Amino acid sequence: MTSALATQRRRTELGLIALAGLTTALLYALAGLGRSASLPADLGSFLLLVLALGVVAHLAVRRFAPHADPIILPVVVFLNGLGQVFIIRLSHESGIAGELPALQTTWTALGVGAFVATLIIVRRPRDLAAHRYTFGLIGIGLLILPMLPVVGREINGARIWASIGPINLQPGEFARLALAIFLAAYLVENRELLQVGSRRIGRFEIPDGRHLAPVLAAWGVSLLVLVAEKDLGSSLLYYALFVVLLWVATERPAFLIIGGGLFVSGAVVAWRIFDHVQARVDIWFDPWATRSGSGYQLVEAALAMATGGLTGTGPGAGEPNRIPEVETDFIFAAIGEEMGLMGTTLVVGAFILLIGGGLRIAVQSINPFNKLLAVGLTTLMGLQALVIMGGIVRLLPLTGVTLPFISYGGSSLLANYILVALLLRLSDRVALQTTTAPAQNEQATS
Amino acid sequence: MNVRIRRLGLGLLLGYLLLFAQLNRVQVYGAQRLVEDPTNARVAIEAFGAPRGRIATADGVVVAESLSTESSRFDRQRHYPHGVLYAHLTGYHSFTSGVAGLEATYDEVLGGRTAEQRTDPLYDLFAADPETGDVVLTINHALQQAAATALGDREGAVVMLDPVTGNVLALWSSPSYDPNPLSSVDTTAANEARAALLADPTNPLLPRATGEIFAPGSTFKVVTATAAVETAGFTLDQPLLNVTDGYVPPLTNRAITNYGGSTCGGDLRENMRASCNTAFAQIGAEYVGPYAMVAIAEGFGFNQRPPFDLPVAASNFPDDFGKVLSMVTDETGQDTLIPVLEDTPLLAQSSIGQYEVAATPLQMALVAAAVANNGNVPLPRLVDEIRDQSGQIISRPESGPWLEAMEPATAALVAEGMRGVVAEGTARRLAIDGLVMGAKTGTAQVAAGQIATHAWLVGFASLPNQAPAVAFAVFVAADQEAGEQTGGRVAAPIAREVLLELFNISE
Repeated sequence: MTSALATQRRRTELGLIALAGLTTALLYALAGLGRSASLPADLGSFLLLVLALGVVAHLAVRRFAPHADPIILPVVVFLNGLGQVFIIRLSHESGIAGELPALQTTWTALGVGAFVATLIIVRRPRDLAAHRYTFGLIGIGLLILPMLPVVGREINGARIWASIGPINLQPGEFARLALAIFLAAYLVENRELLQVGSRRIGRFEIPDGRHLAPVLAAWGVSLLVLVAEKDLGSSLLYYALFVVLLWVATERPAFLIIGGGLFVSGAVVAWRIFDHVQARVDIWFDPWATRSGSGYQLVEAALAMATGGLTGTGPGAGEPNRIPEVETDFIFAAIGEEMGLMGTTLVVGAFILLIGGGLRIAVQSINPFNKLLAVGLTTLMGLQALVIMGGIVRLLPLTGVTLPFISYGGSSLLANYILVALLLRLSDRVALQTTTAPAQNEQATS
Repeated sequence: MNVRIRRLGLGLLLGYLLLFAQLNRVQVYGAQRLVEDPTNARVAIEAFGAPRGRIATADGVVVAESLSTESSRFDRQRHYPHGVLYAHLTGYHSFTSGVAGLEATYDEVLGGRTAEQRTDPLYDLFAADPETGDVVLTINHALQQAAATALGDREGAVVMLDPVTGNVLALWSSPSYDPNPLSSVDTTAANEARAALLADPTNPLLPRATGEIFAPGSTFKVVTATAAVETAGFTLDQPLLNVTDGYVPPLTNRAITNYGGSTCGGDLRENMRASCNTAFAQIGAEYVGPYAMVAIAEGFGFNQRPPFDLPVAASNFPDDFGKVLSMVTDETGQDTLIPVLEDTPLLAQSSIGQYEVAATPLQMALVAAAVANNGNVPLPRLVDEIRDQSGQIISRPESGPWLEAMEPATAALVAEGMRGVVAEGTARRLAIDGLVMGAKTGTAQVAAGQIATHAWLVGFASLPNQAPAVAFAVFVAADQEAGEQTGGRVAAPIAREVLLELFNISE
């Protein structure tokens, strides 16, 4: 089933992937020049690898989702390549991180594999909705996995890891996807129930107790994650996902207001009770007060980004290795130092493109489940990127999450490739609707 | 739902716009404050690799320069072409250990950061490289090499300077070290080099010529002789002191003896020639007295740090010999009253350069310079001029007299006495045909009961009928294996070798 639209989109996608591959290879060459005044010896193989993985993903889309949006995959290839350039560049100066580039390459290959597999396995979004309770159970199971004995691991103060043999994974990254699927399906099913039934207090319609249960449950789950796993970032993401989906599904602003209120009260309580939350707030307001202690990371990140200025020091020519965890959570600061505001703007722009692409899929989808799933997936990725980038520049309190596709981290890469595959599956479905049943379409303005 | 989705999109977009605004604040508008934050290591990294002028000798030999590197962190690193030979002068320019030596003293000049070098702010703003300064030393490269060769691997120092201008012509301390590894852009290697130097039992980082004080022994008799002429009316021929093998100062019964148990005495000329301990101890204790001895020693620069481009230890002459017990008329029969203090026996010891008297080789060279320079101690100069990259002189460090140690007439007498030491005294081994030279040897006990001694020689030299060209101090530290080293046998040949190079005499 190849339509003119499919042919055109896939051609665009392939061209953009080639452009993304060449751009990252150029950055890789620059990083080599910046470091040692010579081109990296493996420049050719780097370019080939980036292009090969991009082309494999492209061929899978061409075969299994030919009508999907042509922008999303090239943006992902670019972000992933950019991340790999920086991980290689960072590993050159720190002894312990020497094996990271090879690992990240392996994870990227696995991620593309998962991307292809997802497109093959999930042929229709409604297959996902059909298994909503399975996904719900999987989500909860993955969520509590790190808390279990034997498999659960606490690393760097957060109990978010599970060990299977030699491999450490963050099940939470996958739990988010499963819960997004479950929630989208569950809310579509119970949407009407949640839309009615309310009490009026003054001008506001307040959902009655029974209908508040899901919000309260989400609140509870988030607090559980916060307390048991000390994972501020994930906690925030879960909660935002629940509230946003509930609000979009029911179209009742009350859920947003109540959700916001519960969030604020939960945050205040958490701040009062938990030392690690208090510490995060303290360094948010003034990291200089603890310059050599808990504020060290944020101060070093700020100094790095300021040094980068408008154009950056050039890849390979800065000192980003002074920032702790620069290869994972703080990789955005390394980009800020070596590529300047131009580089950070590029990354911000790329995520805005992804969010725009994701929400356009949501708007164009007719099926409410597809709509909600697209909203959920986009919100997850868009908020995660915003939370970590905003945390680094102290727009928000710092919460330790990865920057999708750029940070080092196997679980994050795998999960985000699956997320993008799901988005493309939904996107492909949108195009099929428009080509097969244009009359029903809300008709996107494009 | 689409309305909500569009609102969600707007909400996320707003979040990203705020992020973009904050990025602008951190990276552009508010960046200056962060970039200049004193805790920003990048400032130090940038400064370390910044362009930096050269250090060269008076005869144009480059001893420190900046070379570009292939390091990703640092654009340039310091290179010291003659490494060990000038290490105690140049110092080092190390990222982990900081700067030392002239690299520290002239840090701003070399880096082009002084006010004079940044006169045009607009030019500065657009200049790719700052206008760095080159430091031109007073050192003569051949002489510095001769000094290092002559001293060999013995611990010690050689200082040669122009007694009139104060220009230091050679300044060699042994042992020395290679400043190149310390200044490496490979910070691990730099730290290892530093740790090795700090662990080295011979302490190569300590410049013997300027950084440490040693008992000067009989070379200090130049100061005592000056005091005798200046304050006690001595001439080279009058008065005559007892010819003896032991002098017992007041308030003690322990005698001060002469080298090898010999007997000596008589006039000042003879006492300088023979380096007579008994005579100089008596001169200090009974003819000059404590107050004049302290005043004369301080007139030469003792008990203060000479102004110099490198850190110099203050040489020491004891200035407190206790309470006054009585006053006696001095031995010359003039009616000067000499106080007898509690510690007069120590004053006697101090007058022959023992007890707590200790001096840097640089200070002892200045003592000789004062005698050669009509009694004026010159300001010691190590840097002759600062030049910009086009060779224009930016500034010249001050020159001239530093202290007035004695009257010219006194200087003439003491100089004549010192010439006698070379002609027919303890410094005979120094003599070179065709040169006029004066000197004083020194052999200083390091500790009671030990055989090993410091060997010293201070002096001056000139061509006949010309102003003195050089004043010098040679110091060879006590060495248990070498045993007793006298100034005449050990230090004089070293000085001679360097002087042959200076006056371009081949034998």
